[in-house]
Amino acid sequence: MSGHSTYEPNSPIERWLDTRLPIIRFSADLLAFPTPRNLNYWWTFGGILAFCLGVQIVTGVVLAMHYDPSGARAFDSVEQHIMRDVNYGWLIRGIHATGASMFFVAVYIHILRGIYYGSFKAPREVLWLLGCIIYVLMMATAFMGYVLPWGQMSFWGAKVITNLLGALPVIGQPITTLLWGGFSVDSPTLNRFYSLHYLLPFVIAAVVGLHIWALHVPGNNNPTGVNVRSETDTVAFHPYYTVKDAFAVGLFVIMFAVFVFYLPEALSKVDNATPANPLVTPAHIVPEWYLLPFYAILRAIPDKLTGVLALGAAIGMLFILPWLDRSKVRSMRYRPTARIYFFIWIIAVLALGWCGSQEPDGVVIPGAPGPNLIDYPINSVTWLSRISAIYYFVYFLVITPFLRETPLPVPDSLYTPVLSKPDAAPGLARQSVEG
Amino acid sequence: MRGRQLAESAAHAVSDSDDSPTDPARRDFIHIAAAAAAVGGVAAVAWPLIDQLNPAADTLALASLEYDISKIPLGQEVTIAWRKQPVFIRHRTPKEVAEAVVDDHAPMKDPATDASRTKPGHEQWLIVLASCTHLGCVPTFQGGQYGGWLCPCHGSVYDTAARIRKGPAPKNLYLPDYTFLSATKVKIG
Repeated sequence: MSGHSTYEPNSPIERWLDTRLPIIRFSADLLAFPTPRNLNYWWTFGGILAFCLGVQIVTGVVLAMHYDPSGARAFDSVEQHIMRDVNYGWLIRGIHATGASMFFVAVYIHILRGIYYGSFKAPREVLWLLGCIIYVLMMATAFMGYVLPWGQMSFWGAKVITNLLGALPVIGQPITTLLWGGFSVDSPTLNRFYSLHYLLPFVIAAVVGLHIWALHVPGNNNPTGVNVRSETDTVAFHPYYTVKDAFAVGLFVIMFAVFVFYLPEALSKVDNATPANPLVTPAHIVPEWYLLPFYAILRAIPDKLTGVLALGAAIGMLFILPWLDRSKVRSMRYRPTARIYFFIWIIAVLALGWCGSQEPDGVVIPGAPGPNLIDYPINSVTWLSRISAIYYFVYFLVITPFLRETPLPVPDSLYTPVLSKPDAAPGLARQSVEG
Repeated sequence: MRGRQLAESAAHAVSDSDDSPTDPARRDFIHIAAAAAAVGGVAAVAWPLIDQLNPAADTLALASLEYDISKIPLGQEVTIAWRKQPVFIRHRTPKEVAEAVVDDHAPMKDPATDASRTKPGHEQWLIVLASCTHLGCVPTFQGGQYGGWLCPCHGSVYDTAARIRKGPAPKNLYLPDYTFLSATKVKIG
């Protein structure tokens, strides 16, 4: 992977194995992988995400031993059997349900880090695309997992999301029927979602393997965005980053545990404690928090097909980002103008998330809705969604490709900025001098 | 991929040792025939794997339903399940029918007259699939400014003939196939 291997088999058994299945060499090379020495804590989210995937798979496999995926039994098998009767079922289910949200917290930080530091730029486009595929697979897996408890939010979430595909001309309805296995969301739908919910995490794990492979060809980007020049710019992955990642995972687990043990209901909707009822839609139906910005884009557009296409395009923007941003400077540390537009984009995404959580005809500032603009009052959630959605797309399609800016001078090597401020990171500076 | 390379190298080995020119047309024919058989085989295996996702025979068997509408008081509606889908049966007041008829030629996304949405002689009964044509939620009774329904999910507004008047839904609420067996009994499906 890194082009050379420093592994020396020490024992006769290792030598024997090395010429047959060099798995110890493979692991040793992974641990010795030369990693830029200036990675900050934003870079620990890759390790945190691997941890999250592991937690979801382990807890999920256990839950599958107690869950019953039939429409008649699913709700009780979760709410009564797993939550009340299975030994530690409440804990394992709590970790699995909270874990989905934690997974998305980590993946959003990981994606934002990639955008800010230009980690998607050449030669890391394939690495970035694989990451985008993982993100889409994660959304699909999380959505199908959310359906399994078969509460009211599960049922109506499934209905709304599958109906999204029905908006597509010609193929839409046949695809929806194929997903449902009936005339509506029902027991057959639940069964197939369960099957796919068990399958997809392993597909994600495989794509993660490709993602790490694609990472190990060019090596890590770093906060300066400057290429690694020589061995002295790097440290071995182990112990330097295994320890740093483990520390970050430790902090992450504390936050995770706070939710599991003290706020287990904070991330779920009370309506999901009611069994699925195909005849009554809950008064206020919203997706999980991690899908809210896309949901707001969908709702902002008065036409069904256009709304669905805009939702897809919003995710698609991430896929084409490497070909939209043509700046030679990777890191936004040295792009003060681009950085401002990026932070406004984050605010727009947060605004969309807030809009998605509100009622469709809600107002932004409490009080009077204000005069009508075309179809909705000026002070409506709809108009805030529209303005934010327009900025979302303008950021990718206009600002990113056509921004004229004067970047700050980029350092010659990745540790020059550290050496110029030795007080800020004395350990690193001393190492560099020695190196 | 590797198999093909092996086959090609084997073919070369044979032709080299024989030192006779191979007939390119025969070789192409074998490639095309093999590829066609492979594509046909994959399609034949794929179709059952896809079609099993479609509704099963026992799901399709839930076809029709009879309902006694005499239980529904004037101005009220019931929501019943037909083929696991919710269906509204609404007993409309003369005022609601009149409002729907007055709006017959108002600008609408999916223009339809009130008469086309009911059966002759049974204008007070409106029977529609209760799935919002936007994303399938069940609209709430008498919500919205037209006194018909309001979808709680994305704010689509339907009038008393269940025609879409405002919001993202593209179509009026769909009409199921139904017939009146008598003045009080309706068969859906």
